[in-house]
Amino acid sequence: MDYIDPHIHMVSRITDDYATLARMGCVAMSEPAFWAGFDRGSACGFRDYFRQLTEVEPKRAAQFGIQHFTWLCINAKEAENLSLSRDVIAMIPEFLDKPNVLGIGEIGLNKNTKNEATIFLEHLDLAAKYEQLILIHTPHLEDKYQGTRMILDMLCDDSRIDPSRVLVDHVEEHTIGEVLDRGFWAGMTLYPVTKCTPERSADMIERYAGERLLANSAGDWGPSKPTAIPDLIFELRRRGHAESLIRKVVYDNPIEFFSQSENFRFTPRESGEARLPS
Amino acid sequence: MTRNADRILDESFLEIRAKLLEVAATLDRIDRAGEDCEKLSSERIAKRQQIDEAIAICSRHESDRAEQLQRLFSRPYAADWRKTMQV
Repeated sequence: MDYIDPHIHMVSRITDDYATLARMGCVAMSEPAFWAGFDRGSACGFRDYFRQLTEVEPKRAAQFGIQHFTWLCINAKEAENLSLSRDVIAMIPEFLDKPNVLGIGEIGLNKNTKNEATIFLEHLDLAAKYEQLILIHTPHLEDKYQGTRMILDMLCDDSRIDPSRVLVDHVEEHTIGEVLDRGFWAGMTLYPVTKCTPERSADMIERYAGERLLANSAGDWGPSKPTAIPDLIFELRRRGHAESLIRKVVYDNPIEFFSQSENFRFTPRESGEARLPS
Repeated sequence: MTRNADRILDESFLEIRAKLLEVAATLDRIDRAGEDCEKLSSERIAKRQQIDEAIAICSRHESDRAEQLQRLFSRPYAADWRKTMQV
């Protein structure tokens, strides 16, 4: 089955991963800007990173027939540095017209601090001014519930933000309900230890019928599995779910959400023509 | 649901058994170390109690045990966070 990984960090992966993903049915992916594993020292470091996301990775992906899209921001972990964050946010508009940029992301909270919230709000302002889609990172482990609620508060307090243009990622059993109830899209991240397993993700798909739900591998430089979406497809098939439901979550839903960006010019491999979900 | 309860239990039984054994063996290991070396520190005792609470949640016959466990392991949300943080 062709599928789209809506959240994967290919700058941290080797070329063999692109080859494996292509062989497993990955036809497109979106790569949010994230923490590199160390704090960058200047806005110039981010300019180079944004060039990598908008120029280098699309070419690497294209070698394997995969269409690569991206999101730009300074991540929550580095948002503790307000001055650096503001320099990076001021630079982002230079890149918004690059052909593979879908919006602002992955913005959010990490330890739910005042500085993180301040920079999150400044990113929201940027997205609203430039009419960009938004991809949200919710915190890890014990910070997730509190952080997700704070993020939803900030999103809902800004009347310029349309929930149908926001994807809230890394949802789990205790956060998915509120994200969907408030009209946002929800992303489930399939990780080997933290976040969701394919089995728990399949449970959530059964409970919420796959509506406004996406699944991703969030493959990066840490413990993660870039081929996690095929694991979810396998689990859903093992349970006897219809191919149409599986396809909705791993293919149609990402297309429907991304299609709200003018830069999402996706060519499915079946017809060779641009396809929108019915 | 695409499978009935009998089938899900049959398909999951060995997996659940293995996971429960891992939990039991890990708790035994902690207890043995507590007897042979040092007792748990006060901070760790709170974590250990959290595990006991989690096991109690799993024993309940309710349909949202996964969500209850997630909340048990989460920091609380305070609705007035904006005022507290002055954001």
